[in-house]
Amino acid sequence: MSERPFLRMDNIHKSFGEIIVSAGVTLEVEEGEIHSLLGENGAGKSVLMSILCGILSPNSGQIIYKGRPLNIGSPREAIRHRIGMVHQHFMLVPNLTVAENYVLGQGSPLRLIHDMEKVHARIRELSDRYGLGVRPDAVIEDLSVGEQQRVEILKVLYHGTDLLILDEPTAVLTPQETDRLLDLMRGLVKDGKTVIFISHKLDEVMRVSDRISVMRDCRVVHTTRVADTDPRELARLMVGRDVLMELPRAPADPGDVVLSVEGLSCRNDLGLPALRDIGLQVRRGEIVGVAGVSGNGQTELALAIAGLLPIDSGRLALNGRDITGLSPAEINARAFAHIPEDRHKMGILMPLSLAENAILERYDQPPFAARGMLQRRRIAAHTRDLIARFRIKTPDEEERIANLSGGNQQKLVVARELARDPDFILVSQLTRGIDIGAIEFILQEMLKQRDAGRAILLISTELEELFAICDRILVMFHGQILGEVPADRSRLEEVGLLMAGQKAGHVAQEA
Amino acid sequence: MLDILTLGFLATLLGAAWRLATPLIFASIGEVISERAGVLNIGLEGTMLMGAFCGFAASFATGSIPLGLAAGIAAGMAFGLIFAFFTITVKANQIVVGAAINLLGLGLTAFLFRTYYVSTGRGVDIARPVRIPWLSDLPFFGEALFRQNLIVYSTVLVTVLAVILLYRSSFGLTLRAVGDHPKAVDVAGRSVAAYRYGAVLIGTGLAGLGGAFLTLGHSNQFVEGITSGRGFIALAVVVFARWSPVGAFFVSLLFGLFYALQLQLQAQPMLNIPYQAFQALPYLMTIVALIVVGGKSAAPRKLGTPYDER
Repeated sequence: MSERPFLRMDNIHKSFGEIIVSAGVTLEVEEGEIHSLLGENGAGKSVLMSILCGILSPNSGQIIYKGRPLNIGSPREAIRHRIGMVHQHFMLVPNLTVAENYVLGQGSPLRLIHDMEKVHARIRELSDRYGLGVRPDAVIEDLSVGEQQRVEILKVLYHGTDLLILDEPTAVLTPQETDRLLDLMRGLVKDGKTVIFISHKLDEVMRVSDRISVMRDCRVVHTTRVADTDPRELARLMVGRDVLMELPRAPADPGDVVLSVEGLSCRNDLGLPALRDIGLQVRRGEIVGVAGVSGNGQTELALAIAGLLPIDSGRLALNGRDITGLSPAEINARAFAHIPEDRHKMGILMPLSLAENAILERYDQPPFAARGMLQRRRIAAHTRDLIARFRIKTPDEEERIANLSGGNQQKLVVARELARDPDFILVSQLTRGIDIGAIEFILQEMLKQRDAGRAILLISTELEELFAICDRILVMFHGQILGEVPADRSRLEEVGLLMAGQKAGHVAQEA
Repeated sequence: MLDILTLGFLATLLGAAWRLATPLIFASIGEVISERAGVLNIGLEGTMLMGAFCGFAASFATGSIPLGLAAGIAAGMAFGLIFAFFTITVKANQIVVGAAINLLGLGLTAFLFRTYYVSTGRGVDIARPVRIPWLSDLPFFGEALFRQNLIVYSTVLVTVLAVILLYRSSFGLTLRAVGDHPKAVDVAGRSVAAYRYGAVLIGTGLAGLGGAFLTLGHSNQFVEGITSGRGFIALAVVVFARWSPVGAFFVSLLFGLFYALQLQLQAQPMLNIPYQAFQALPYLMTIVALIVVGGKSAAPRKLGTPYDER
């Protein structure tokens, strides 16, 4: 510990009712470093930084900044002390321009806005200096996610900052955009600023950090210089045990075509074209991945295949039989399983019990229903069986599913879908928001299903997940499938370029 | 003979339209400001009734129209404060609180009126028409359009002020942000609640003024339910105007035109149509407008949603 740290957060406690979100965190950051906060979802990283920025008030604890105690619980105090944060969910008002967003909340409310030209000029100057390409008169809702993030970063710089906090900034970026961001962070440190970088991606953290603090269960469990550690140790610290980074698997042995999609086009809920002439096939005994930056049509692809989104043109077939235009129930009845992207919206019903959730698609069919009545004992027995097979942590099958962790909720969804003995499994964002232990279990289960001869389509924005279990990867960009890449980690670069909309071919391939 | 198509008829119609639109202009511009901050106040009807009654009562007691108007605004804001406390501080459902405000306004004004004024049978003086030099000398239209009372003229001023407030002031910029992305305002170090209180108070003050116009600039008496649905029509005007103050001004004029047309057509002995059919015109128009405009694409994204700091 240094004598007089730049920033010291001391024994920070915070809870919402009975839910503890910060359990006595102590964190020290030195001036002029890139300090990474590494941890899984729900480890308490964002909460800690929201406290530093005054958005949340801690129940106890103190913050020393530049040698003096910080009056916590006020965003304005943080702004006054030149602490700036780029939030995971952007703090940009969608229907205002970039410049209007920057002057928002500045100065006296009664002031008339007249000197916007000066604001524009300053934004252009700063944007040029850091090579961010931000146009001051652009309206936020017209910008891509990557552009919006640069607008957010520039906003913090515009207000003047010594300490910049970036909350999961790479989650929405392509690998190439991520590289640019990491370069920018190094540039900012050269300019004398201090950066706190929140991430759960080991490789990025190893590449860019000076020091790393690992968070687990709402505590900082370890702080280390990057030179003194390695990814395996960090992963162990994150989850509290060793992680299998590579899942053992046999080469695929694809059989007959199970799902076939031809010339599929459809619109999103705003009536804009979302899918353009999509064609793909999934065979028995293989896992096909669909990669892409989120918002490039993956959601619509899953909905269209599941019969949840009307299609403009194209043909869908399952086991050689046309399923175009069938209702979701009719499609489900044809040995079709669906593990949806957002389990809270589509996968489970939060107020219901595990047992009730376990029969959602079959509650009106034997053996779970007879003569219009639910067969409670059979349902309970079935659910206990699923709980045991998937090692779902719950007191019993009558527990409300809302009380389970994300990982255990997802296990139940997977268990329910697989219990229907499907030929085809449509999976979206399989491991979103769940802990590494559950991720590993579920990924291994998917590989078992593949080896048992089922056809699986896995749509995901997590490349790690795709490379771990897929046999080949299709990359989506602007509603089209831009290319196909074998799921070999050495082809990561290629996938990244396709995700950014660049056709590969001229890319040098590494052995 | 039908004199519907004469220029004189048209001029009278337009003059009446502006006058009849006046309460709608005040209430709908107020509601635009409130909704832009994300607060949907369906309690306009009750708020306007309160403004109409208190304006009448104050003018009755003092004989002063300006004091009456001030009382109307104050009464509106008092109701606004109740609404704001429950919807912003307590975070209760805005529709439920708005409905309660309407019932409260209707019941309270009826009770107070019957208790204190119904037996007097006296009215108050109403604001007198003021000629605008030169403009009122224009042929046909001058006479009809520019011989209104000052309250009617002031609708133009209110519209201009609303535009400046919303689009030219720092307050307005933050207020619009509060309706679309309140968290961004919170992070920028401004109180979302304070801005929403401000927007609601401006909105209900204007609604109170609109109500007071009914008793002090239009008829000289308070009558139970004198607003006859204008508060609800103002809500429709806001949607039709796509949350723009200038739009609210002109859409209100359009609705005023239907009120005026309805009155003028009733006075035409040649038309063999029951007068109730004409009376229904503005309300029919409201339904048509909502169907035609529909959608919510222009609505503030967080309209009707209480802000939760977490």
